[in-house]
Amino acid sequence: MAGENGGLEIRPMDQFEVKALFGGDVSWYTPTNVTLWMALTVVAASALMIYGARGRALVPSRAQSAAEMTYGFIYNMVKDVAGHDAVRFFPHVFTLFMFVLFANLLGLIPFAFTTTSHIAVTAVLAFTVFLSVTALGFILNGTKFLGLFWVSSAPLALRPVLALIELISYFARPISHSIRLAGAMMAGHAVAKVFAGFAGALGAAFFVPVLAVTALYALELLVAVIQAYVFTILTCVYLKDALHPSH
Amino acid sequence: MAETAASGSGMPQLDVSTFSNQIFWLIVTLVVLYYVMSRVALPRIAAVLADRRGTITSDIAAAEEYKLKAQQAEEAYNKALAEARAEAGRIVDAAKAEMQAELDVQIAKADAEIAAKAAESERRIREIRDSAMEMVSDVSKDVTTDILDVFGAKADKRSVTAAVNARLKGDA
Repeated sequence: MAGENGGLEIRPMDQFEVKALFGGDVSWYTPTNVTLWMALTVVAASALMIYGARGRALVPSRAQSAAEMTYGFIYNMVKDVAGHDAVRFFPHVFTLFMFVLFANLLGLIPFAFTTTSHIAVTAVLAFTVFLSVTALGFILNGTKFLGLFWVSSAPLALRPVLALIELISYFARPISHSIRLAGAMMAGHAVAKVFAGFAGALGAAFFVPVLAVTALYALELLVAVIQAYVFTILTCVYLKDALHPSH
Repeated sequence: MAETAASGSGMPQLDVSTFSNQIFWLIVTLVVLYYVMSRVALPRIAAVLADRRGTITSDIAAAEEYKLKAQQAEEAYNKALAEARAEAGRIVDAAKAEMQAELDVQIAKADAEIAAKAAESERRIREIRDSAMEMVSDVSKDVTTDILDVFGAKADKRSVTAAVNARLKGDA
């Protein structure tokens, strides 16, 4: 990653380093840049949903309208994907969506730290969903929840094979769920950093990577929103499996 | 994942030493965000949405009611219009009939007057003609008597009158 001409060095991964805010070692309770940007995520989400909607007007302002549309978007997603009885989990799903969305978006601010680019964060999110949904499946359906793996519409001889495949795919869920988000966020930010580094190295032709970064930034904005959407809709799909395990 | 974590400090994501820190702060963040969203933000927005839906529903109902009222008013208007037309027609018919009756009376009266006048005129014409005839016969008698006198023939009054009368009757 070191540049050929002297002091230039592109370090695309430096932006992901976890650092203590006030110096010193990072132990489990140390306030770090993770703490800061997660707190900002809460602030941003609250700003939209509480400050933006503070007017509670019958005819909404723009900010209130945005808050209401976010609400309606996730509410309908939960209802349409996971069913009417999943609506009681709407606050949980909404919290997940707001966290991922605002962590992704705030990470696009230059010099920001993207909490969702860390596999530790997304893995906790994904395993929280996985464990809650699995527990919920067993609590609500008892052993019938295992019917999820027993494809009753398939020929009897094929069922054990299918059950094995279903079981593997079920346990692969949290892994793909978490790596998808962290990978997308990390890759985009690393590429943006590499292009930005080229701008310094190319001298007079600096505008080429600058244009590339501009285009990439637009793409990253799209990716940030889409990954939040994907994370949430997959959560709803898993929730549906827990509530209605029959195929 | 374990072997890649061991292999490098290249990816800060795989630096296991920071995991506990990230996980701790993530859990704190999620709990705070969950309480803020589920206790404050979502109920408020749900209330606003419900409020709006209620307002829209009642407004639509009110609009429906007004529409019904407008329809009723239109019906009443049309009914009143039709009644007024019928009334007007009746009045016109009555006026026509009255005028016709008046006219008939006047015409009859006029006819009677005309007939009376015509009879009167005829009577006078007859009188005039009679008197004219009398005068003609008188003049004729006088002329005849005079002519007979001139010829020296003695004619008695009676035979001249008879002759003139016979002659006038034949001509008339």
